[in-house]
Parts: sequence; structure tokens; C-alpha cells
Amino acid sequence: MATIILLAPLVGALICGFGWRFIGEKPAQIVATSLVFLAAILSWIVFLGFDGQTQQIVLLRWIESGSLSTEWAIRLDRLTAIMLIVVNSVSALVHLYSFGYMAHDDNWGHHEHYRARFFAYLSFFTFAMLTLVTADNLVQMFFGWEGVGVASYLLIGFYYRKPSANAAAMKAFIVNRVGDFGFALGIFALFFLTDSIRFDDVFAAGPDLAQTQLGFLWTEWNAANLIGVLLFIGAMGKSAQLGLHTWLPDAMEGPTPVSALIHAATMVTAGVFLVCRMSPIYEFAPDAKMLIVILGATTAFFAATVGLVQNDIKRVIAYSTCSQLGYMFVAAGVGVYSVAMFHLLTHAFFKAMLFLGAGSVIHAMHHEQDMRNYGGLRKKIPVTFWAMMIGTLAITGVGIPLTHIGFAGFLSKDAVIESAYVGSQYAFWMLVIAAFMTSFYSWRLMFLTFFGKPRGDHHTHDHAHESPKIMLIPLGVLALGAVFSGMLWYNVFFGEEDEMRAWFGMEAAHHVAAADEHAPAEVAGEAAPAHEAPAEDHAAAEAGAHMPAPQGALYIHPENHVMHDAHYVPAWVKVSPFVAMILGLALAFQMYIRRPDLPGKLAATQKPLYDFLLNKWYFDQLYDFIFVRPTKWLGGFLWKRGDGNVIDGSINGIAMGIIPALTRLAVRAQSGYLFHYAFAMVLGIAALITWMTFSGGSN
Amino acid sequence: MTQADFSTILPEFLLAFYAMAALLFGVSAGKDRIAGLIVWATAGLFVALALWIGLSGEGARTGFHGMFNDDPFSRFAKVTILVSAAAVLVMSQDYMSRRNLLRFEYPILITLAVIGMMVMVSAGDLVTLYMGLELQSLSLYVVASMRRDSAKSSEAGMKYFVLGALSSGLLLYGASLTYGYAGTTQFAGILSTLGGEVPVGLLFGLVFMLSGLAFKVSAAPFHMWTPDVYEGSPTPVTAFFATAPKVAALGLLARLMHDAFGAVPGDWGQVVAVLSVLSIFVGSIAAIGQRDIKRLMAYSSIAHMGFALMGLASGTAAGVQAMLIYVAIYVTMNIGTFAFILSMQKDGVPVTSIDSLNMYSKREPLKALALLVLFFSLAGVPPFIGFFGKFYVLRAAVDAGLVWLAVLGVIGSVIGAYYYLRVVFFMYFGKESEGLDRGMAPVQWVMLMGSAAVVALGVINLFGIEGVAALAAETLVR
Repeated sequence: MATIILLAPLVGALICGFGWRFIGEKPAQIVATSLVFLAAILSWIVFLGFDGQTQQIVLLRWIESGSLSTEWAIRLDRLTAIMLIVVNSVSALVHLYSFGYMAHDDNWGHHEHYRARFFAYLSFFTFAMLTLVTADNLVQMFFGWEGVGVASYLLIGFYYRKPSANAAAMKAFIVNRVGDFGFALGIFALFFLTDSIRFDDVFAAGPDLAQTQLGFLWTEWNAANLIGVLLFIGAMGKSAQLGLHTWLPDAMEGPTPVSALIHAATMVTAGVFLVCRMSPIYEFAPDAKMLIVILGATTAFFAATVGLVQNDIKRVIAYSTCSQLGYMFVAAGVGVYSVAMFHLLTHAFFKAMLFLGAGSVIHAMHHEQDMRNYGGLRKKIPVTFWAMMIGTLAITGVGIPLTHIGFAGFLSKDAVIESAYVGSQYAFWMLVIAAFMTSFYSWRLMFLTFFGKPRGDHHTHDHAHESPKIMLIPLGVLALGAVFSGMLWYNVFFGEEDEMRAWFGMEAAHHVAAADEHAPAEVAGEAAPAHEAPAEDHAAAEAGAHMPAPQGALYIHPENHVMHDAHYVPAWVKVSPFVAMILGLALAFQMYIRRPDLPGKLAATQKPLYDFLLNKWYFDQLYDFIFVRPTKWLGGFLWKRGDGNVIDGSINGIAMGIIPALTRLAVRAQSGYLFHYAFAMVLGIAALITWMTFSGGSN
Repeated sequence: MTQADFSTILPEFLLAFYAMAALLFGVSAGKDRIAGLIVWATAGLFVALALWIGLSGEGARTGFHGMFNDDPFSRFAKVTILVSAAAVLVMSQDYMSRRNLLRFEYPILITLAVIGMMVMVSAGDLVTLYMGLELQSLSLYVVASMRRDSAKSSEAGMKYFVLGALSSGLLLYGASLTYGYAGTTQFAGILSTLGGEVPVGLLFGLVFMLSGLAFKVSAAPFHMWTPDVYEGSPTPVTAFFATAPKVAALGLLARLMHDAFGAVPGDWGQVVAVLSVLSIFVGSIAAIGQRDIKRLMAYSSIAHMGFALMGLASGTAAGVQAMLIYVAIYVTMNIGTFAFILSMQKDGVPVTSIDSLNMYSKREPLKALALLVLFFSLAGVPPFIGFFGKFYVLRAAVDAGLVWLAVLGVIGSVIGAYYYLRVVFFMYFGKESEGLDRGMAPVQWVMLMGSAAVVALGVINLFGIEGVAALAAETLVR
């Protein structure tokens, strides 16, 4: 079954991409979509019937080279099962939605065929993403990792006639390359130290790595921390964390369904998935985890501030995505991987829905994306309005405080914030402030778009129309997820710890042994086995390579009590995100419904701050100055001087100057006169004899 | 002459007997009218002998007190010589009879030359060596000037004869020096006197003999006769020059170097290496200026001999193996190419200008494709077998520590690729012009297509030639 799930989208992509000329464009789209739906349905069957035991399904032997030996196999555990439903459900719905959204596109002429290509790319992306999440070893994962990068590049640059789309596609690819380099170095380091890239072997080596020193960049590092940091650099690129985030807002140049699928729900969460997947390493890498917490929290805060002032509806949601990814990393960084996955799951539903809703608005407004030209659309497109409303309620975290009843975002985001409180005060406050801002910009988006008076072009507003059913059905399905997914799975992700452990297929024994200690919640634990560790764990860590890989989809160090402690945080901590949400809503209401003139005034009086935020903290300008321009200069130099003058010059000089001259010489020497020929022979032998006389042979 | 001696030389003896019988028969039974018959009979005999030699016997035997060898190396060379000579004979029959050139002496002279070559590759003594060499050369002088009424043909024969005499002189001088210092003419005897410091006189002898043989393989700077003789001789004779004698001369060179001077491979290795580099560069660079396809093939053969010498220069068994593989591949490619050149004619008159190939692919796509395959292979483009030939010799050179030689060889082959590809360029992208006549004798067509097919399909396992060549090389390098 897992094999069918993995390969169905690939078959769809191939049929759709290469076969549409034979079967027609529409049937090709239908084939691709139905195959992804098949995968989605099977994924749900797998997910609901899954017992938590890790399975490995070997498809074929893949690489045999020296000590590097690996299969192409599907690793089916709880993490994979979660990702399967996320990827396939969202992908299936986006395929369906694209029937409507891509039906007419002003970027293409009437006779041009672009739909089959679009669907083929979407299906190919789905396959690559599934390869990534089902990987059983690091190289397989890297294959999927690069595959989604390619698909992302192709889809961001889908409107290849637009220079901005091409630039955005290249930016996404190049920035990701920086991260991928880190990821690749991490894989090399793991292979170097453990002589294997199989997850089972690598995970088993976790305790050993914590005690190994590794020289890198002229410095001695703790191996586990170094690998953790390198892998996280890869995750940063894919998941647009601060520093490598610049590509994500630009990636909105792609068609909106792409933004929903790739740049909100699935690909950008690959980094979070990577960190969770590598939990047996990260549990032994406290410094790397600390870095993840700090960067994640800062990203959440930074992206939220930028989101406050953006005017493009898709960019607001893009920064929101960036910010929410920061939340997930904080959860993973403090060691509560299950909560990171929980937020990943709920976020996939409501963020995909917000994007598809935004797409519906854009569709209605004839590809107008500036929110300042919206307003009062509530009546014109009611279904979209209600879908966006549910999405906003979910992302801002509306629910009943101190209970487990609320929209999906309420449960998962509060779980993150509570875990962060235990793990790091800095992260906690950053996330609460970010929650306030999330609420503000989300409601700002709602108010600007659907309330108030119509602004902008009258003609456009007059012709605004509700999207076709085929676009609204996906919104409805995702709305179900946005409302209920949090309540349904709260317990297994963040409820009783034993229940969570059973859900992820882990042994309960560790927990029992460790809980007796009642140790205070040391964030991320001290390096490796500290002296108060239970005797059996100590011995096991000493035994090193002989220890089997930890059971289950996640690994939680016996001393990691963050999750346990997160349930006993003070009540004010639990209420704080709710309060932040209410404040944000109130402020947005004040500024955009009651006093619509206020934002303009505020922007005028606080001009430097406004510009700072509007220009995204000047990251792009800074990068342009530090990296882009010197690189371009160097590239230009090497191209013109190095390649053009030196290489081409010398090759052309030899090929067009020296060789023909020699040829003329040789042809002239061939005079036809017998005595010239004989003379040449005599000269030759005289030279050889002279040479032999002076050198005396080889002796 | 004992029974054992006789059995080692039986194939040569049979051929010699056949040559004389055919001569008598030809003179008495109608002269040139039965020339065609004799051509086919000779070719058939060659093939039969090749089969016999190829399938008979194992191990090495010597006869006449070490003057004559029968071992895997000589058998490999003999089979190659016989098969290529047979191929050239049958494909030239149509060309020669059409131009009234087909004399009944032609196949007989070829037979005598082949006997000479077979003696050369079997030689175990300086005297045998010279005897074989002269028998071969004298026959070839005559066939080069077969077209008695043509000034060019006579000039070619004349040049070949005078320069050949000079080279024979050098060789004899070297042989006498060697005899003077070693006290014996037997290869094994010379080998046994070597040890420690090589006397300068012996070194001189070595260099003189090398020069004389370098003339036969047309290695630079002893190559200058090649283009003129190739151009002037009748095309079938050119085809013959380009194939069998090259195999024989290389085989003789390898045998002399390893059997007689095998103890000091460093001494002759460096000379051979220099000859190799010079040949590759002279062949590649001078060929660029050619407009005549026969002259082009002359320079091409100079460059190819350079590569074959590169294998010999390594002085190892792998090097000899590479050389044998290279030369077998070279002969295969040349037979196909010359089958085509033989068919080139405009209004019944043979033409050899490269320009006449302009846009040939439009008119004869299949033949153009075959020629493309052959030229790509000559240039050493993978996956054709020409690439593998070069690969083997380069690897042998690198393994023997002659990296500089390999690097220069690669550079030379890059330069050489230009003129091969230019011919292909003319065929596919050239200007539209008056074309060649259509049609081709069936034998030539078979040779062209067969050769192209071998060149293309050889990528699979080189038809197992590797193992045979390795076996042959082992007997030589001990």
C-alpha cells in the first residue's frame, strides 16, 4: 500500500507530463488528479490503521559502493504516516482546486497548453515530497529534498515569461543551495563517523556521537552538535528560517495553488520534519537544539513584524507561514517533537486553506493582489469569506482558554507556547508577542479584504464573482481540518505522555525510569549521560555502537521532561496566547474598522520604523550588498577575463593561429623532392645518435 | 632442414610454392585474362591460411636454430596480415579491372610481399629479419609503380625505392654494428650479452635499426615518403600499404626490441617514445592542410602509427598488448575507409578530393553514415572501437610511468580529431556541389558496411581480441 502511495503521483506526473499530447490535456489532468486522490485515500487508511510499529518496505537495492550500501526503502512509522496524510490530502485538494484556478490564465494565449504541464509539476512535486518523508536513509532523503527543490523552482517560475517569476525561482533555488550544502555536509559527517547512512545505524550512534570530537573549519567540535547544526542549516533553507528566509516571500510569484501546496503546507515543513526525524541525534546535541530554539523564536517574531505592514495578500500569508514555521522549530528545539509535528499538521490545514482562500479572492478580483484595492467583498464572495474566517480563527488560535476546545491553531499553538515556557524564557516571550502580531495581521487582512468600503478599480469590484464549485470544495474540506484536527489529535500529540509514546511507537520504559528522578526541567539536558542518569542508560551509552536503534518514530532522552513539565505551567502562561490574540484582534478592529485613517497616520509619524518593516528589515538589500553584488562581480570577472580572455583566448590562439602555422610549415616541408626527404631522414638519425651519445641511454 | 624446422615454416612455404605455381600458370594460361581468378584464389588461400594459423597449435616453437619463431605473437600478426591482405585484394579487383590495371602479377606480388611480412614477424635472427624485410619491400616497390603509364605512379615507386634503399642501408649498418658488439646475429644471443652498461656501439646499432624500421612504419621523422607514395600509387595499392605492411613492420619492431633488447627497455623505450610523439603531432598537424583524401589517410596512418608506438614505448606486456589491439583496430577501420575511397568516382573517373564529398549524406545516407562511424572511430570518439584502441595504449603508457607521453598523445588526438570531423562536416553540412557517382561494387559495399558494423558493435567486447592479444604479448615480454 505504501508503495502505491509513493509511486501513484510519479505515474501521474509521467502520464500527465509526457502523455497529454496523446490523451489530451483534460484527461491528463484528470489522470494526475485521480492518482493523487488515490494516494490520499490510501494514506488515510494507512494513518488510521497504523499501530505505531516502524516498518521498512524495501523497494530495490540502490547504491553499493565501498562501505556505502543502501536500499531504496520506505520507512513507515508515525512521522511518515502523519506526513503522508498532510502531503497527499493537501496535494489532492490543490490538484482539484487547480482545475478551476488554472482554467483561464492571462499569462498564456488561447492556443497554448500549460495546464498539463502544471499538473505534471504538481504531481512530480508530490512524488518528491513523498520520497523525502518515506526515506529510510539520508541519501534517499536528500534525493527527495532536492526533488522538491526542483519542483519548487519549476513552479515558482511557472510563468516563465515574467522576469520577476524567473528571478524568484532562481532566488529560491540558490538560497536553498546554501542550506542544502549544510545538509550535505551533515550527511558527509554522519557517514564519516558512523560509516553508514541508514537511519537505523545513524540513530543507534547518537550517544557515541555526543562523546566524539570532530575537527571542522580549524576547530574542534562536539560531533553531535556539529551534525545537528549542519542538518539544521539544511532545514533553515527549506523552511525559510531567519537568514535563509528571503526566498519564501518572493516565491509567491508562482501560481497560488503552488503557494498553498509547496510554500505553506508541505515543502517548507520539510525542515521541521528533518529535525523531528533526526531526534535521536538532536537529543544528544544540546547546543544545536538551543540554536534551533533561538533562531525559531526570532524567526517567528521577525516574520510577524514584517507581516504587519505588507499590502500584498499573498505576502502577508507568506510571512505568516515563515512565522509559524518558527513556532514549529521552537517546539522541536526544546525537545517536544510531537508538538512540532502537531503544529505542522494543523498548520497545513489552515494555512493551505488561507492560501486557497486568498487564491479565490484573487481569482474573483481578476488577479489583483493588493489588499488596499479590496474592501467590502464579504457580500460578493460569501463562501470564500467564511472559509477565510475559519482559517483566520484557526491561525489566531480562537478557543476556550484552559480547556481543550477550540480551533486547530488554538490547541497546537498553545502547546508550542507552553513547551517554550518550560524550555526557554526568550522563546516564550517572543512567541507570545508573535501571537499578538499574528492576530493583528490576520484580522487586518480580513478587515481590509472583506469589510469596509470597496476601494480600487470599480470595474473590478463590479465584476467580482464567487469562484466555481471545484475551487470551493477543497476549501470546505480543509475547513473541516482547520476546525477539528486540533481537538481530534490533541491527546496523542500533547496529552498524556504515555499515550503520546504509544502513538509514536516508543517504549514507555524510559519514561518510567526517568520520571522517578523528578529532576527539574533542564532544557535539552546536559551533554550525553550525566552522572545521575539511570544506570541502565549509562551502561547502554557506554556500550556505544552495540546499542540498537531507539524504537519508534521519535526519540526522547530520559532526562527530557519538557513535555511533562509543560502540562504544569502556571495558568497565566496558558492564557497568555489567548490574551495576545484578543489584544491583536481589538487593535486591528480599532485601526481598520473604526478609524480607517489611523494606519496612514501611524505610518507617517513612525516613518523609520514603518520603512524598516516594509523593507523586511532590509535583509534583501543587505544580502544584495554583501553576497549578490560581489558574487556577480566575481562571476563577471571570471567570465570575461578568465573564460573569455584566458581560456577562449588561448584555445582560439592555438587552434586558429599556431596550429595552422605549423600545418603550413609541415605542408611546405613536404616539397616532393627526393633529396629533401632523404635529408630529413639523415637529420633524424643524426639527432637520435647525438642524443643517445650524450645521454648514454637510460643509464 | 629437419622435420621440426620445416613444420614451423610450413605456411610460408606453402604460400611461396603457390606464388611460383600461380606465376607459371598465369604465364601459360592466358595472362591478364585470368587475373581475376588468381585474385580470388589468392584471397581464398590467405583466408584459409589465416584460419589454419589462427586455429592451429598452441605454445611457442622455434626452428632453424632459433632463426624462425612460431608463437602466439607471430600467429596474431600473421592472421591480421593475411586477413587484411585478402580483404584489400578482393575489394581492389573491381577498381583495377575497370581501369585496365589488373595484371595477373599483382596478386602474386602481393603474395610474395605477404610471405616477406610473415617471415618478418617470425624472425628470430637479424638475417631472417632482413630477408623478410627485403622480400616485402621489393615486392611493394613494384606494386607501387604498377601503373607504368602514369608519371605519378612511377614517381611514387621511384621515391619509395630510393628512400627504402636508404632505410635498408641504415638497418644493415645497425645490424652490422650490433653483430660487431654482440658477436651474434641471433636475437636470443644479443639478449644474453646485454647486462649492466650497454656499449655505445651497441646503442648505435640499436638506434640505426630503429631508424630503419621506423621508415617501414612511417614514423616521423622517417615518414616523408608516405604521403607521396600513398597519393601516387594506385588506390588499391595504397590501401594495401596502409594495412598489412604496417602490421608486419610493427610486429617486427616489437619482436626485435623485446627479443633482442628486452633487457634494456629504458634505452629503446625513450627513442620509441620520441618517435611516437613526433609521429602523432606531424600526422595530426600536417593532415589539416590536405585536400586529397589519400594524402589525408597517409597522414592519418602516420599519426596512428604514433599511437601504436606509444604502446611499444611503455616496454611492458600491457604495452605490447595495447599495440596489437590498436593495430588490429586500425586495420579494420582502414579497410572500411579504403573500400569507400576505392568507390569514389565522378563520371567513371576516380576522384580523391575531399571537396567531392560535399553533402554526400543527402545522396547516400547509408554510406555516409557508415563513413561517419568510421571517421568518428578514427578520431577516437567513443563508443566506437577507435576510442578503445587509444584508451589501451594511453593506459599502458600511464601504467608504465610515461604520463607525459600520454598527455601529449591526448593533445595530439584532439588536434587530429579536427581533420576527421571536417570530412564528416563536409558530408553533412557542406556546400551543395556536383556529387560522386552512385553505386559501388558489392564487395566494396560489404567491406564498408562490415567494417562500420564491426567498429560500432565492437564496443561490446572488442570481439574478444583482448585475450588473444594479451596471450600474444606474453610470449614476447618475459
